[in-house]
Amino acid sequence: MANILAVDDSPSIRKLVSATLSKAGHSVESASDGQEGLELAEANAYDVVITDVHMPIMDGITLTENLRKLDTCRFTPILILTTESASDMKLRGKQAGATGWIVKPFNPESLIKVIDRVLG
Amino acid sequence: MSIDMDMKEIHDIFFEESEEGIDVMESGLLGLEPGNADPELINTIFRVAHSIKGGAATFGFTAISEFTHGVETLLDQLRSNQRAVSEDLIEVLLGAVDCVRGMLAALKDDAELDLNSVTECQEKINALLGSAPVTSAADSVADTDEVMAQRPGVKTWDIEFRPDANIFKTGNEPIRIFRELESLGKLNVFAELAEDVEFDSVDPENCYCGWVLELEADVDAEAIEAAFEWVKEQCDLKIHCRNPQAAAAADTGAVESANTVAQLEPPKSESNAAKPAAAPAAASRDSGSIRVNIDKIDALLNLVGELVITQSMLARFGENGGERGANSGLRDGLMVLERHTRELQESAMQIRMLPISSSFSRFKRLVRDISSKLGKKVELVLSGEDTELDKTVLEKMSDPLVHLVRNSLDHGIEMPEQRLAAGKPEVGTLKLSAYHEGGSIVIEVEDDGAGLNAKRIHQIAIERGVVSETEQLSEEQIHHLIFQPGFSTAEAVSDLSGRGVGMDVVRRNIADLGGRIDIHSEQGKGSCLKIRLPLTLAILDGQLVRVGDDVYIFSLRSIVETVLVPPNQIKRLAGGSVVYRLREDYIPVVRLRERFNLNCSAPRKTYLESDGELMVVVESDGKRLGLFVDELLDQQQVVIKSLEENYMPVTGLAGATILGDGNVAMIIDVPGLVRDAGDAKANDSNAA
Repeated sequence: MANILAVDDSPSIRKLVSATLSKAGHSVESASDGQEGLELAEANAYDVVITDVHMPIMDGITLTENLRKLDTCRFTPILILTTESASDMKLRGKQAGATGWIVKPFNPESLIKVIDRVLG
Repeated sequence: MSIDMDMKEIHDIFFEESEEGIDVMESGLLGLEPGNADPELINTIFRVAHSIKGGAATFGFTAISEFTHGVETLLDQLRSNQRAVSEDLIEVLLGAVDCVRGMLAALKDDAELDLNSVTECQEKINALLGSAPVTSAADSVADTDEVMAQRPGVKTWDIEFRPDANIFKTGNEPIRIFRELESLGKLNVFAELAEDVEFDSVDPENCYCGWVLELEADVDAEAIEAAFEWVKEQCDLKIHCRNPQAAAAADTGAVESANTVAQLEPPKSESNAAKPAAAPAAASRDSGSIRVNIDKIDALLNLVGELVITQSMLARFGENGGERGANSGLRDGLMVLERHTRELQESAMQIRMLPISSSFSRFKRLVRDISSKLGKKVELVLSGEDTELDKTVLEKMSDPLVHLVRNSLDHGIEMPEQRLAAGKPEVGTLKLSAYHEGGSIVIEVEDDGAGLNAKRIHQIAIERGVVSETEQLSEEQIHHLIFQPGFSTAEAVSDLSGRGVGMDVVRRNIADLGGRIDIHSEQGKGSCLKIRLPLTLAILDGQLVRVGDDVYIFSLRSIVETVLVPPNQIKRLAGGSVVYRLREDYIPVVRLRERFNLNCSAPRKTYLESDGELMVVVESDGKRLGLFVDELLDQQQVVIKSLEENYMPVTGLAGATILGDGNVAMIIDVPGLVRDAGDAKANDSNAA
């Protein structure tokens, strides 16, 4: 189905995201920080990008800004994965060009649902 | 939809990463000083706390996520300069680190959790936060879970949706929103084009449309808003209900439903099975390394060990080949093979090596806690943190080291007043260092405290029957008495050291690793404990001996000397124990052929003939033992195979190895035999 890039510095969240979405039939690649995510996105085409906000080296907001500058990612749905329920983080994400957000804690079902939503 | 993936495995990853994170938080907090807040450091600590909170909430460990929330808030305030770094704050945060560590352990291993300390710490955090109740992480749940209360009564909604022109640039597509609305009920969509658009000025990447939608569904306004959640900042949105009577009933239920979503209970019971491999050094990711299960490494080492054995088998063929030209190529090849095998083995051994810094770093916390508890001023100096040590050795050294450090702080370094009175600097120094010396690793614990009081030690040792009054001892011998069982110099058993484990246990632990501990102390100036350890436990420099028909192996390092014992020099004491007078001392003697019940057909050549018997004198833990063997053979490096794993533990044998000729040889457990002999001797003297 869809090619998904998951960027998170936490191995357990990466594993949860990739295991959940793989079970749902998607193919998932993951990166452990924004820089790595950006490099992957430069080399491959993804249908959806999911990224954490707080990460070492390059955070998720910067990653989103950089992704929007890539020709291949201009309209790609980018979802910010964060525990930040505060609206300022969502707003910062939106300003950086994010499509939407997934608020942690999330369960596998809701993750699949959100992905289905952006895949239309 | 059900997800039948292995959550347990993911939980294990979470525990492992959180434990690492906790270590990073702790060392970060220890690096913070009042008035000197390194923003990068605070940011790192914040990020870790944030990750732990997020992960815990995601995996349903509500207690941890709620607790960490307060910690995160404090750190966030630090980060944004709303709060200054103070001793108190660091203290509370360090306490919180312990709590989270405890909670993780409780979930992972079903360990006992000290609920009081968690509550206490929570209260301290709340007090710092201005006693505001900690908001539960669950308040954010409703955002993604559009599980809405379904109320009877179909309502008709009019929705006006006019997005900003740039809506596509955030990857949002109105059609997806409409599809989502369609899943709620019957949807009619009417598009309206913007009127004042010139064709030439149209930017194909902009949106020039607005939509009016008509939705017939028994949902409330929140469910509809949820579909527009991501774009509400980028559009004009009006939602209006045509028949509000039907809607009134629904609105009251909306808040309630949001709060009941996904209150996950921590899955306590399923988290206590196999532990994940112990985490390597905390900074592993930063130093460009990968995480590998220790079992895989051991399997690799095992295979390399087999390869070494195979190589030595081949080498024998090469030797037997003689000088003929046809074989010179073979011999050259075998020599190269030997070199490569050795190198491969060394590289493989390196994988198991960890820098001692992972063990040293915990002492920063320990020293800080203990010294403040005792009211002492201590500076911890670390050196040689990069020195690498086998993982197993490192783990087994952890407790003895903690004990030595506690001892130094408790009994060694004096109170500030005493130090000043003695003309020493007020702040005591505790030095932990590690370095290579010969084929060993040396770890030193050194303090500039009071040193050992030889007179008092001697007196106590006499009182407790450790030595007899008549025995003449050098100062160094007296110092070593502290390693005797049943000896403790602390006048009152303090809260810190002296909790059951004595220096004798420390020495035994070290001896079990094939190492030894020495002490050098000068009264009034300080003490230095020097631990010497083998580089690794997996290979051994061995002395091959023959006993009967079999070959046995001694660790070369344990052998003191070999002597030819003239007949009739072995004394049998009352009670049956056998001793030999080696110069000044009597040492216990064990006949290996008797010890291992060997029915040997081979003639006991040296034993029966008049020139005497061959005895290997070994030493462990400061005690010596004589072992009779029939013949000394080669010395070679051998790969230790565990008997316990492959067969069962056998007293007196530390393991086995396969020799170049394919035969299996047993490795003698010198520390075990020495202990056995000591016990037997003690029993004898008790009986007598």
